Amino acid sequence: MTDTIEIRWHGRGGQGAKTAALLVADAAIATGKMAQAFPEYGPERMGAPVKAFNRISEQEIRVHCAVEHPGIVLVLDETLIDSVNVLEGVPDNGTIIINTEQKPEDYQKKLNFKGSVFTVNASGIARKNIGLNKPNTPMLGALIKATGILDYAKMLEDTTHKLQKKFKNKPEVIEGNVKAIQDAYEEVTR
Amino acid sequence: MTVSTEIKQLVVAKTGNEAMAEAMRQINPDVVAAYPITPATEIAQIFSSFVSDGLVNTEMVTVESEHSAMSACVGSAAAGARAMTATAAQGLMLMAEILPIAAALRLPIVMPEVNRTISGPINIHCDHSDTMFCRDSGWIQIFSENTQEAYDNVLQAIRIAEHARVRLPALVTTDGFIISHAMETIKILPDEEASAFVGAYRANYSVLDNANPITVGSIDLQNYYFEHRLPMINALNEAKAVIKQVGREFGEKYGRAYDLLEKYKLEDAEVAIVCLGSTAGTTKDVVDTLRARGQKIGLLKIRVFRPFPVEDIAAALGGLKAVAVLDRSDALSGYGGPVFTEVCSALFNSAARPKVINYVYGLGGRDIDLHMLEAVFMRLLKIKDGGDLGQIVDYLGVRK
Repeated sequence: MTDTIEIRWHGRGGQGAKTAALLVADAAIATGKMAQAFPEYGPERMGAPVKAFNRISEQEIRVHCAVEHPGIVLVLDETLIDSVNVLEGVPDNGTIIINTEQKPEDYQKKLNFKGSVFTVNASGIARKNIGLNKPNTPMLGALIKATGILDYAKMLEDTTHKLQKKFKNKPEVIEGNVKAIQDAYEEVTR
Repeated sequence: MTVSTEIKQLVVAKTGNEAMAEAMRQINPDVVAAYPITPATEIAQIFSSFVSDGLVNTEMVTVESEHSAMSACVGSAAAGARAMTATAAQGLMLMAEILPIAAALRLPIVMPEVNRTISGPINIHCDHSDTMFCRDSGWIQIFSENTQEAYDNVLQAIRIAEHARVRLPALVTTDGFIISHAMETIKILPDEEASAFVGAYRANYSVLDNANPITVGSIDLQNYYFEHRLPMINALNEAKAVIKQVGREFGEKYGRAYDLLEKYKLEDAEVAIVCLGSTAGTTKDVVDTLRARGQKIGLLKIRVFRPFPVEDIAAALGGLKAVAVLDRSDALSGYGGPVFTEVCSALFNSAARPKVINYVYGLGGRDIDLHMLEAVFMRLLKIKDGGDLGQIVDYLGVRK
């Protein structure tokens, strides 16, 4: 278990936290790793706080319990930070990536967190490229840039492939999402 | 064990529901009759897209309830079709009237079934109360630890159910959300290989065969009902050998062998946990952690709960000093969970038998983590060393 990377996604029902976790696992598996992605809540309730999880490892992953001490946390909706303890169980050397217009130092202070704080305006990037506030795909780009847990080019390739299958009649959606991932990769700051 | 290297399996990312739907696509059943219910909905939903896309030749029957879904499966199977459906919890409850009929008619219907808590209160998450409620219905019950097993088990269930010595319906479970909605790394057989493994189905009888007319579902009173139940009971017992044989063949061909039970580090173990489904995977990690500290502990995973592997369980556990049976449902019998009482029953006539305690856990989707399992092992080690047995039936991870 020690060499397993554990990730927790915080979002609100409808923002795509579960889909983002699935895309990460899919990309990890496409790059030859073992991975899990699973939601805390099955049927998503629009607007309600939801969590999703990833485990990524070089070895077979056998555990099927909740992720307790995620080394990486992603927050799709910063308003959750006032009502949910997004740092619960996160070690001091962990990483948190927040979808916000604010700077990392603002949240470093607000959260009183010793680990790494990254921020990215994923909602703005999504609105610009996709035309909707769907921050989940841009957060993938931010995640890879901030943590290097997966090969960026391979993740982009696999996610494009997956989007092509899902949106075969909407090429503009595919392009927009890929551009959003690329923008977030460039813009995420620590 | 020889692993064939010629068959190239595809490594993919799939959730439990996707994996089961994928197996159904490769099986290409004649009839699928289904009604949606969380957390099993996706199975029939994904499969229905295979039907629309022309990837299967299946007659998809969208019915108005699970009672009708199982009835349509019974009708089509009686006509000689390979019939499948999928459900969970309240859906299985609504099928309950028809389940024993499918078994008594010896119709090899195969059903992916996602373990979900039965109401009430209403809860959509995992426990085994639904499957255990139907444990005496004459259906073979196979539990899956992860998405890989979910896929492998559905393919094998076809072979088991349709085997000439069995001819009984079979359900294959996954744990709701924990597996059904969890994406994992799995290996998929090539279509032609999966298709060849399950083979073609030829029913012994068809109610539509006018040249050889039969009666299905007749009345059968004091003078013969009993005699007509015995062959079904015998077939369930026969199924044990068939399940082993099919699991062995699957291992020889594809490198993943299956049995009625899975023994994990039991050879020199003094104490063990017995459990079913996804918890077995979590337990394996705990076994490794405590073994690294020198504790002789192991796991017995019950893969097949029906037919109940009495002989194999007695042989696997007889030499141990203390065992904790983990039940993800309470039998509401006043004496713990169903797995506990049946494991005790299997051990009662053994020459050597361990002390056995029971934990009911995880009701309504309550998480079971590494610490809880470690605490169970620590209690077992104390019992092994002569400690007080304490409360035989206990509840794990609940606020008391």
